[in-house]
Amino acid sequence: MDIRSQISMVFHLDKCIGCHTCSVACKNIWTDRKGAEYQWWNNVETKPGTGYPTKWEDQSIYKGGWEKKGDKIDLKGAGHRKSLTNIFHNPHLPQIDDYYEPFTYKYLDLIESGPSSDQPTARPVSLITGKPMNIKSGPNWDDDLSGSPDYARQDPNLEAVTPAEKEALFQLERMAMFYLPRICNHCLNPACVASCPSGAIYKRGEDGVVLINQDVCRGWRMCITACPYKKTYYNWNSGKSEKCILCFPRIESGLAPACMHSCVGRIRYLGVVLYDADRIHEAASAPDHELVDAHLNIILDPFDEEVIKAAKENGVADSTIRAAQLSPTYKFAKVWKMALPLHSEFRTMPMLFYVPPLLPVMASIKNVDQSAQKEKMNEKAKVWPDKWLYDTSTDELFGTIHQARFPMKYMAEMFSVGDENKVEEVMKKLMAVRIHRRQVTVGDISEEKAAETLAEAGLTAEEAEEIYYLTSLAKFDDRFVIPAAHREQAMELMEFAGDKKGDTGFGFKDGTAKRGL
Amino acid sequence: MNFFESFLFVGLPYLALGVFLIGSIWRYRGNGYKVSSLSSQFLEGKRLFWGSIPFHLGLIVVFLGHLLAFLIPAGVLAWNAHPLRLLILEITGYAFGLSFLVGLGQLFYRRITNPRIQAVTNEMDLIIELLLLVQVILGLCVAIFYRWGSSWFASDLTPYLWSILLFRPDPEAVLAMPLLVQLHIINASLIILLIPFTRLMHLLVAPFHYLGRPYQRVIWNWDRKKVRNPKERWSPTRPRNN
Ligand code: HEM
Ligand code: SF4
Ligand code: SF4
Repeated sequence: MDIRSQISMVFHLDKCIGCHTCSVACKNIWTDRKGAEYQWWNNVETKPGTGYPTKWEDQSIYKGGWEKKGDKIDLKGAGHRKSLTNIFHNPHLPQIDDYYEPFTYKYLDLIESGPSSDQPTARPVSLITGKPMNIKSGPNWDDDLSGSPDYARQDPNLEAVTPAEKEALFQLERMAMFYLPRICNHCLNPACVASCPSGAIYKRGEDGVVLINQDVCRGWRMCITACPYKKTYYNWNSGKSEKCILCFPRIESGLAPACMHSCVGRIRYLGVVLYDADRIHEAASAPDHELVDAHLNIILDPFDEEVIKAAKENGVADSTIRAAQLSPTYKFAKVWKMALPLHSEFRTMPMLFYVPPLLPVMASIKNVDQSAQKEKMNEKAKVWPDKWLYDTSTDELFGTIHQARFPMKYMAEMFSVGDENKVEEVMKKLMAVRIHRRQVTVGDISEEKAAETLAEAGLTAEEAEEIYYLTSLAKFDDRFVIPAAHREQAMELMEFAGDKKGDTGFGFKDGTAKRGL
Repeated sequence: MNFFESFLFVGLPYLALGVFLIGSIWRYRGNGYKVSSLSSQFLEGKRLFWGSIPFHLGLIVVFLGHLLAFLIPAGVLAWNAHPLRLLILEITGYAFGLSFLVGLGQLFYRRITNPRIQAVTNEMDLIIELLLLVQVILGLCVAIFYRWGSSWFASDLTPYLWSILLFRPDPEAVLAMPLLVQLHIINASLIILLIPFTRLMHLLVAPFHYLGRPYQRVIWNWDRKKVRNPKERWSPTRPRNN
């Protein structure tokens, strides 16, 4: 047993309103630079849709992640052999146009152009060449375009869905969508790290944040191919790769990352989990249908005496163990089993888990007789001849899950390697908590019925209350449990204070040898 | 040997080697951030394929050929003793030289015509690619006009190169060479001299060590097993993968 601690995240998709505040917070802090304009370390996609870069989930195009070969796994589009043989030209490198060409507008033309018979315009210019361009795509180009042939229908996850289900999904009246916010998953078996020929990418032992050492990166651009989530980005100006750093300067001082702090829907949770590093390889090589379980199984119970003892022996601080016990992500992913990893089949063991969306609100369509209503109306009033009602009361309970607008298969492709039962279990829990709360607050459901649903979803009333609290009421400190005790050591994660001891006094960061220069 | 000649064939090589050595170390240590392949494939990939691969492949084989004649001249001469084998060696070398030329031509054309690539091209990129172009064209001309290069290089030029390297400079052999060969040698010095100031730095950091490395890399800030033992000294090296 080799117990380590890892910062993990949960995004509750039911709560995401697709406002992109997270993306903008991140951009303003980290990627508002030349060469990084096109990079969205945090981005929010509309699902179904093609995402960013276009169709990133389709590894037959991008060759990202790991691939099972017999008992072993190896990188799909990079690795010991390919990273070297493809070094002069990487055949699987996405191009800037797969993301979008960054642009701005010549706003000054509006002010400075001389008198003329036409309105002045602000033409778009490329941020790469500086020349005028026609904008063909941009960040979130397919935002809210559910049902569109160019975007929604091209979603790689729809391949496993039957044509009939697919058509049903795109019928005008039934059309639905949800948002998928994405950041680097700070994986346990990161493909980006494995693919880097220079050894510039590494996982921080203490908290598991995956970083690229900019001084060591030589721009061999293999990580761009290897990361199946396309969360390492090539800076075309500096010739280095860059990625989400999980706002480590903030985390080190106990603050939530900017995207999480600013999240309007409060969908984001961040906390520590303890895991067994000896079992990473075994879990990452599990057969497809066991992957999700294998993945969740290496996260250990932070209350278990054995685990605590082993963690302490491994140098995990008491405060970190305490944080693991209070961790909201541990609760969602392990205790309640409501959060699932995105695309486990890429085998990088992502540490960002998603609570799949139940929305749009499940309801059944009931036939009703509206004639009485019509009688009462003025003759001129416009009346639709409909004979149905959108019924959100919950007589049928779980029946509606199967009539969800998103085929279960579609969800399963994203969150459980195609296993519909897994997603369905989560849906049932989401539904049961709602029914339970409806019974408590509205009271139009009988107590027995509510209890019956909870039982069927495998929850107790107390658990349902806890889930409800953490979903809807949780305060900042409930959502982000970041071990704060390391503040005094925060600086040491960047550089080792011992190196400077007896070397420099106040005010100097250079060593004595350099001071005379 | 007048002053000018001794500068070109003795002074310049030493200057080049000195600047190359000190400059590369200074650049690597002083600003590791600036050492990168500066790949431009992200902005343009198709033409790069037809440029970069023939260029690097040709270049590396031709370079290894020079290296071989430098390290084991006797071996090369023995191989060349048989006319058929000499022909095979010369033709192979020439083919890779041509691939070098064609690839570099593509790369240069791409650098000066593609607007996106222009945005990431600086003067030094153009200068160094022009110098390389001159170098390969000179080399190909020498190979055609003064046969058989692989043999006379091993017998005449290798001693000159060794004399430079062993600090007993003896440029007599070079002075007797035709102008084309002399230009090839001068240009080579210039290229070596410019390495620390150009993107050629990337050839010094070719990542062969990757082959011997386990895939995953974890870096700890302190040795987590020792950190709680007050008797353990701080270690300035960060533990990896433990
Ligand atoms: C084994 C060693 C080498 C490796 C691994 C290597 C790798 C690379 C890579 C990855 C690129 C960037 C290609 C891109 O744009 O994506 C590049 C470009 C280049 N390399 Fe090398 N290279 C090596 C040796 C050399 C040598 C020996 C030279 C010349 C003396 C050289 C000259 C160049 C030039 C001029 C470019 C710029 C091409 C352009 O974009 O116009 N390389 N190399
Ligand atoms: S999501 Fe991609 S970039 Fe992030 S750790 Fe995993 S493989 Fe690396
Ligand atoms: S800020 Fe929160 S709610 Fe808004 S898009 Fe981002 S994740 Fe969704």
